[in-house]
Amino acid sequence: MLWIVGRRVAQLVIVLLGVTLVVFTLIHLVPGDPVRTALGIRFNPAIYAALRQRAGLDKPLVVQYFSYLGHAVTGDLGVSFQTGQPVTQILFQRLPATLSLAITGMIIGVVIALPLGVLAAVRHDTWVDSGARVISQLGVSVPDFFIGTLLILAFTGTAGSLPPSGYVSLTANPLEWGRHVLLPALAVGLVAASILTRFIRTAVLDELGRDYVRTAAAKGIPARIVLRRHVMRNAFVPVLTVVGIQLASLLGGVIVVEVLFAWPGLGLLTYQAVEQRDYPVLQGTVLLIAAIFIVVNLLVDLLYAVVDPRISLR
Amino acid sequence: MTTSPTEFSEPVAVAAGNAPAGRPSAASARDVARVLLRRPLALGGLVWIGLMVVLALFGTLIAPSGENDVDVPHMLQGPSGLHWFGTDELGRDVLSRVIIAAQPSLEVSVVSVGFALVAGVLLGLLAGYYGRFADSFIMRCMDILFAFPVMLLAIAIVAVLGAGIGNAMIAIAVVYTPIFARITRASVLSVREDVYVRAAVSIGVPDREIITRHILPNVAGPVIVQTSLSLGFAILTEAALSFLGLGVQPPQPSWGGMLYEAQGFMQQAWWMAVFPGLAIVLTVLSFNLVGDALRDVLDPRRRTQLEAAARP
Repeated sequence: MLWIVGRRVAQLVIVLLGVTLVVFTLIHLVPGDPVRTALGIRFNPAIYAALRQRAGLDKPLVVQYFSYLGHAVTGDLGVSFQTGQPVTQILFQRLPATLSLAITGMIIGVVIALPLGVLAAVRHDTWVDSGARVISQLGVSVPDFFIGTLLILAFTGTAGSLPPSGYVSLTANPLEWGRHVLLPALAVGLVAASILTRFIRTAVLDELGRDYVRTAAAKGIPARIVLRRHVMRNAFVPVLTVVGIQLASLLGGVIVVEVLFAWPGLGLLTYQAVEQRDYPVLQGTVLLIAAIFIVVNLLVDLLYAVVDPRISLR
Repeated sequence: MTTSPTEFSEPVAVAAGNAPAGRPSAASARDVARVLLRRPLALGGLVWIGLMVVLALFGTLIAPSGENDVDVPHMLQGPSGLHWFGTDELGRDVLSRVIIAAQPSLEVSVVSVGFALVAGVLLGLLAGYYGRFADSFIMRCMDILFAFPVMLLAIAIVAVLGAGIGNAMIAIAVVYTPIFARITRASVLSVREDVYVRAAVSIGVPDREIITRHILPNVAGPVIVQTSLSLGFAILTEAALSFLGLGVQPPQPSWGGMLYEAQGFMQQAWWMAVFPGLAIVLTVLSFNLVGDALRDVLDPRRRTQLEAAARP
C-alpha cells in the first residue's frame, strides 16, 4: 500500500511539474510585453523596469522557468502587477470564500441527490425513475450561472429577502454568511446534484441486481434493511469517487458563479486578474486551483482503495 | 466492408462484436436511425438541433428585426404580440437577438470541437498504434491538460491571447482535445492486439491501410458519441466565456453575453435573462440527449450495461 501511495504521489509530482510549465508559459503567450500591457496608461519607466526585474522577465527563458519553479516551491509566486502585494498572500485571503462555497454547494448536492438517486433505482422504470432521469439530464445541460440568474430573479429584490450578491465571513457572522451563501451554493449544488443523482441511481441499481440481494430477500430480510445495510454500503464506493471529482471541480470551476454573485473567492480573483491583466495573480490562481484539483483527485483515488480492498491501484 | 486480404474478413466481423465500438456499417446506420426515431426525447433533440442549424445559417433572414435595431422609446418592454420575447435596455428585439446569436454559438462549438476531434484522434492514434515513446509523451501531455478544470484553462488561454471569438475557439479546442485523444487511444489499444490486425501486420499490410481500414472504423463509435456530447458542452463553455466578456464581443449578440447584459435589469426585465438562458439549456440538452441515444447504439459495452441494469 505504501509503495502504491508513493508511486501515485510521484506521478502527481510529474503532472504538477507539467502544470507549472503550462502556467509559466501562459505569461509568455501574451502578445507583446506583458508588463507594458498590464501597466497600460499608468506606464512609468521606473515601475516598468522594477516589475520586469521582479517578474524575472529580463532573464533567459530556461533560467526564468527554473527560478519560477524554485520560488513557487517555497511559496513565492511573485507580486501583483496592480497592487504589489505578494500573490500567495492574495490567494490565501480568497481561499476561505471558495472553500465555504464549494463545500456548502456539495452538501446541497448530496442532500438532494442521495434520496433522489436511491429512490429512482429502487423504483426503476416507474415515473419516479423517469422524473429523476429527466431532472438529472436537464441539470447537466443548464449553465450554473443561468440557475444563479433564475435564483436571483426568484429570491431577491421585491420577490424575496435574500441578498443578490456579496459575502460575509463565516467566522464573523454565521447567520449573515448563511444568507449570502445560500443562492450561489444552490446554483452550484443543483448542477452537482443532477450529476450525482445519475451516478447514485446507476450504482444502487448495479448492487440491487446482485446475488446477495436475492439471497437476503430469500432469507426474509425486509427490503428496507437490505437496502440500508448492504446495498447502500456497497453502492457508496463508486459514488464516493464522483462526489470527490465533483468537489474538486467545484473548488476550481465556480468562476462564473462567483462573478455573478460577487463572491470574493478564487474564481472572482481569476476574473479580476484577467480584467486587470494582472498576469502573476492569474498564474497564481491557475496554479493553485489546478493543484487543488489534482490533489483532491488523488486523495479520492486513495480513499477508494481504502474503502474497497478489491480495488488495486496500478 | 471489404478488407484487402479477403481471408480475414470473417475475423473482422467476429472481433467487431467484442470490440468497444460498433462498425459504422449500413446496418449500424440503420440502427442509429431506428433508435433515434424510437426515442421521443432524442428525436426532439435532433429536431431542435436542426432548427438551431437553420437559425445559424439563415438567422438574419428569419429574425423579425435586426440584432442591433435600437428603439429607445420601446425599451424594457415585456413579451407582447409585437415583441414575443420583449425588448432590452436599448429597445432591441430580444427574439431577434436570440435567433441571430445561434450563429456564433454554433459556429464556436462546431469549429472548436472539429479541431479538438481531428487533433485528438490523430494524437490518440499515434499514441495507441505506435505505443512506447509516442504513447508516453503524448498521453503525459494530455494528462497535464486534463489536470486543469475546463473553464479555468479556457479562461486562462483566452485571457492571455485576448478576448474574442477566434481565441475562444482556440481555447475550447485545446481544452477538449485530451478527451478525444484518450477515447481514441483506448479504442486503438483494444483492437491493436486483435487477431485480424496482427494478421494484417504479419502479411505486410502497410500501417496506413491498417489504420484506415481496421482501426479507424472501430474508433468511430465512441468518437461520434463524444462529439455530440462535446458540442453541447462547448456551447456551455462558449456561453460562460461570453458571459465573462471573453468570447463573442458586443454588439454582436451571443446567448452568454445577453445573459450578462441582463444582470443590470433583473428587477425590471426578467425576459432579458430567461430567453437567452433557455436557448442555451435547450441546445445543450438536445446535444446530450442525442449523444446518450448514440451511445446506446454505438457502444456495445454500454448496451450490455444498460441491459444488465434493466434486468429484474
